[in-house]
Amino acid sequence: MAEFLQFAFSGLTVGAVYALVALGFTLIYNASEVVNFAQGEFVMIGGMATVFLVALGVPLPLAAILAVMTAIIVGLLLHRLAIEPAMGSSLVTLIITIGASIFLRGVAQIVFDKQFHSLPAFSGNTPISVLGATILPQSLWVLGGAAVIVLALWLFLDRTLTGKALLATAANRLAARLVGIDTVKILALAFGVSAAIGAIAGVLATPITLTRYDIGTLVALKGFAAAMLGGMGSPVGAVVGGLLLGLIEAFGAGYLSSTYKDGIAFIAILVVLFVMPRGLFGGRSVERV
Amino acid sequence: MRPVSRLLGSRLATLLLIAVVIVVIPFLVPSTFHLRVAALVWISALAAVGLNLLMGNAGQVSLGHAGFFGIGAYAVALGPPQLGIPPLASVLFGAIGAGVIAYVVGRPLLRLRGHYLAIGTLGFGVLVALVLTSESAITGGPDGMAVQRLTVFGHRISGAQTWYWVTGAALLVGAAVALNLDASPTGRALRALHDSEVAAMVAGIDVARFKLRVFVISAVYAAVAGSLLALMNAFITPDAAGFLHSIELVTMVVVGGLGSVTGAIAGAALLVTLPQTLTFLQEYEQAMLGLLIMLFMIFLRRGIVPSLVSLARGRGA
Repeated sequence: MAEFLQFAFSGLTVGAVYALVALGFTLIYNASEVVNFAQGEFVMIGGMATVFLVALGVPLPLAAILAVMTAIIVGLLLHRLAIEPAMGSSLVTLIITIGASIFLRGVAQIVFDKQFHSLPAFSGNTPISVLGATILPQSLWVLGGAAVIVLALWLFLDRTLTGKALLATAANRLAARLVGIDTVKILALAFGVSAAIGAIAGVLATPITLTRYDIGTLVALKGFAAAMLGGMGSPVGAVVGGLLLGLIEAFGAGYLSSTYKDGIAFIAILVVLFVMPRGLFGGRSVERV
Repeated sequence: MRPVSRLLGSRLATLLLIAVVIVVIPFLVPSTFHLRVAALVWISALAAVGLNLLMGNAGQVSLGHAGFFGIGAYAVALGPPQLGIPPLASVLFGAIGAGVIAYVVGRPLLRLRGHYLAIGTLGFGVLVALVLTSESAITGGPDGMAVQRLTVFGHRISGAQTWYWVTGAALLVGAAVALNLDASPTGRALRALHDSEVAAMVAGIDVARFKLRVFVISAVYAAVAGSLLALMNAFITPDAAGFLHSIELVTMVVVGGLGSVTGAIAGAALLVTLPQTLTFLQEYEQAMLGLLIMLFMIFLRRGIVPSLVSLARGRGA
């Protein structure tokens, strides 16, 4: 039981990060059908910028805020300079975001460095024991942070006019334009919010997972997988997919094989997709003729 | 400009153009190092031409094609020492093996659409790379392993010059097959299902079968390219099967121009030579590479070759 709980805790912590990255994917995908491969770089910018600002003597909370703002600016610039001029073909924008991801990694290794970095845990390193298992205070920060973000995003989408405009754009871009929604601004907003979510995930997770200029690819890979597992385009699916992916990895590593934990996760995703070709929350597959 | 475009349109002219480029390059490059880079271009181009059949002609995205590349590469690495198959036969063994694996995994995978197919193939590629990295007792793990040299009729194939011609010839054969396939009933069926699967089905095309066929063919291209790389370098690491390599192959196809054989080759040439030419930038190399990929895609949206051809015809990119 203690062992089971231990794996569940670590799975949920990692899964919360995947869920946040998957949410970022989903937001941008909904507003534009763009799959943003540079999503992982936002996580990297969040962590790395905070580390370097703290090293310059900036207090941690302020450093975190500045890092998130940096990521937002990068996200908005990415949309304005690279995505918007090329909107239309999803493969073209996919390659552009791949280029952007390589570019941001390249810039990060110049601006920062090529070393692994960590941050001090926000509330110390004394493990809290729960039913024989232990959980790090930082894990609670990650889980709590993810919960707050999900709640805030839900309120934003459900209760504000701008949020509803984003949902309308996701449902039908042309119809949204016809009722007077500026879909270009909505996409810019989606990029900004996604960047912020990614960067916050990066700040929260860095004390546990460490960070480096090139962590983005793996993070994007897992976030994308989580989004697809949940069903592309569904925010609920992104969160469930992320947590599930984290749990599968943790239990797979704990009970089966730690070398093959990524393999177990992908086999699980493949099995789900073979049974439900549009993911867990992806809705029915209908082709318009 | 009309005659030029008509010439580019015909199959024989395209093959002739590729052949001329392959023959002329050795006279233009100053050293065997450059010849080696050119051979690397031909190898990547072979894989890209195959992937283009799947992506450009049939409209199916694979983010795991490096998996097949890795299968081909490790077939020639493991065949001789582990199974006693001579290197040349191992190339064939790898190609058939990749084809069979593509057939088996392709059946369920190709039922997935769009981004779901992308994540499915990605998962396959990750699994192949993971096995090659983890089974270090056989594969040497992440550090890779040495590959026995290729001998044909007691003749040892080595040296940049020899490999340049071997890979160039392989690319030419691959391009010829791809161009012919494009003009065959299969090619027309693929184009039809690319436009609309429902319409293709209504027209009597067995969509699932044709998708599977092109998936298997493109996997064989990737496997042969992988074998050639392993034999030429006499060394291979699991990175050849890795996710980043899959992404690189997709980028070659899209940057060069979806649906164009010469485009796939141009894309491969760009992505292989850019990192080599940008080394003088030192730490700025990666940033510049990413920036150039973005710029190419923003300004030549349909890919280098199709965009330049329509520019030449005066219709804008």
